[in-house]
Amino acid sequence: MASITFDHVNKIFGDVHVLKDLDIDIPDQEFLVLVGPSGCGKSTALRCLAGLEEISSGQIQIGNRVVNNVPPKDRDIAMVFQSYALYPHMSVFDNMAFGLKLRKVPKPEIRKRVEEAAQMLSIEHLLDRKPRQLSGGQRQRVALGRAIVRDPAVFLMDEPLSNLDAKLRVQTRAEINKLHQKLKTTFIYVTHDQTEAMTMGSRIAVMRDGILQQIDTPQTLYDHPVNKFVAGFIGSPSMNFIRGTLQRGDGQLVFDANGFSVPIPASRMQMVDSHIGKAVDLGIRPEDIHDATLLPPGVIGHAKVEATVDVTEPMGSEIYAYLLNGSNSFVGRFDPRTSARPGQPIMTVFDMDKMHIFDVETEKALV
Amino acid sequence: MSNFVMKRWLNRSFVHSAVIIICFLWTLPTIGVLISSFRAPNDMRSSGWWTTLAHPFNFTQWTTRNYADVITSNGIGSAFVNTLVVTIPATVIPITVAAFAAYAFAWMRFPLRDTAFALVVGLMVVPLQMALIPVLRLYTRLGLNGSFLGIWLAHTGFGLPMATYLLYSYISQLPRDLLESAFIDGASHFTAFTRLVVPLSLPAIASFAIFQFLWVWNDLLISLVFLGTSKDVAVLTSALSKLVGSKGQAWHLLTAGAFVSMLVPLVVFFSLQRYFVRGLLAGSVKG
Repeated sequence: MASITFDHVNKIFGDVHVLKDLDIDIPDQEFLVLVGPSGCGKSTALRCLAGLEEISSGQIQIGNRVVNNVPPKDRDIAMVFQSYALYPHMSVFDNMAFGLKLRKVPKPEIRKRVEEAAQMLSIEHLLDRKPRQLSGGQRQRVALGRAIVRDPAVFLMDEPLSNLDAKLRVQTRAEINKLHQKLKTTFIYVTHDQTEAMTMGSRIAVMRDGILQQIDTPQTLYDHPVNKFVAGFIGSPSMNFIRGTLQRGDGQLVFDANGFSVPIPASRMQMVDSHIGKAVDLGIRPEDIHDATLLPPGVIGHAKVEATVDVTEPMGSEIYAYLLNGSNSFVGRFDPRTSARPGQPIMTVFDMDKMHIFDVETEKALV
Repeated sequence: MSNFVMKRWLNRSFVHSAVIIICFLWTLPTIGVLISSFRAPNDMRSSGWWTTLAHPFNFTQWTTRNYADVITSNGIGSAFVNTLVVTIPATVIPITVAAFAAYAFAWMRFPLRDTAFALVVGLMVVPLQMALIPVLRLYTRLGLNGSFLGIWLAHTGFGLPMATYLLYSYISQLPRDLLESAFIDGASHFTAFTRLVVPLSLPAIASFAIFQFLWVWNDLLISLVFLGTSKDVAVLTSALSKLVGSKGQAWHLLTAGAFVSMLVPLVVFFSLQRYFVRGLLAGSVKG
């Protein structure tokens, strides 16, 4: 059990500034997901925490102990690697027992802990096998098991699911969640997959270019992204962005894009006051664009936008419609009963209560 | 038979017959030595070794006396033992040192690492003949001349650059995650080396061991320079060359002696052939 603190951590490789002033507080027992596109520094942050990389400046604490100069083995952590990193010449049992043997844990105790962990992961029958005799999913479990037996204060996971097929990934995702609830330990999980981040984390830290963009609960990130990057990164299909200007007309404020204009709700007017007459980006999630004939209850239908359907992707429970309006293109998630057909015009409604407005230059969210 | 199959068959049979002819020419002298070594001295003087092949099951023409003679009374027996005494440590020591060095060069961070590695690898281009006289003078001062320790160290020194380079190229290719996982599991560099790197590098270690073993076993120059030819230390190669000088006409002894010296390399080669080929490729092609 341990809390973790990144205190103004910087990491510089040669001329590359990989982590820029990273500042994160992670309370005990939290499941924190570090997410971002490749090269954003998320894995480096994890490796710095593990002690596999030295930090250039700042401080890392695990459970109130500064660990800057503590070697990996003394940090009381366990790590699951993307490649699983199982020792190929050892049996599953020996793989799991390796860390305990090195720590001179008595043999009966080792056997007990390995068997318990194996049972928890349903791999008891594999203990005598070598890693090459296991499937990808089984190797993944062994890698988890190897971390569990150590009973560490912190679990670190570096994209542990990315080598699994889609079905197994979903299944293992749920199992890791269960594991976290059972073990009641701090988990730090690195992924580039926003779905994994949303479904697993109690909090998510979104990173880009070595800078922490936002850290919050999945729902808050989704509903209130602080900038355009977070807004576009979280959610699938991702948020639509439409460039336009804010104009005042007939006593109300409108967002005017090349081809259509939609009213800004009165409740939001104050927030965008400073940007009237300036270019802004309107952000709206696909599920907030509706087929005008199939409006769900509660959505007011006065932000109408006419569009041409470019492509439709039926998903069964819904239909993704790729829409065109002049030079603007956006995606809507429609009710499957929609009449949208490729090449046909359709009247859509933007749910303006759910829209976001971003500054064009700073990309910061105004609404 | 279609045209294509015909062509392929012709191609193959050409390659096969070429290989067979080369193999035949290559092994012919060895077979000659082997057969001659089992013939009586008088037979050898009166007829060629190939005449025995006309009636190979006529056992009166075969004898093992040559071997008994050469091993007991001509010093080949003790030379055989001396060669083992020289070869085994001269193989084990450089591999051990090189494996440690290769690990350090590949996985440890220390100042001037790359420079030191370039220096070690650069030593491969220095011909060992250049070092003979300086090392010999050093040995005279240290009293190592003519001692087994001296020749072990000499072979170690001459073998190390190549050994370090070969093992480095293998060890540095081991997956990084594997070692990092071990470090997190609580391994020091030493445990990571002994528990992980050595077992995983066995193919590379074995293939270099074969090279070094054969090289030391067949070496004449270094043993002549550092060990000399006195009976209690002479190795097989120098004992044989002495035999050529003193009994140049005694073909029955020379062939038997030669075969004794070939025996161990042949056994080593055939039993570890798999690693031998891998060793030839080591460092050249990945995977």
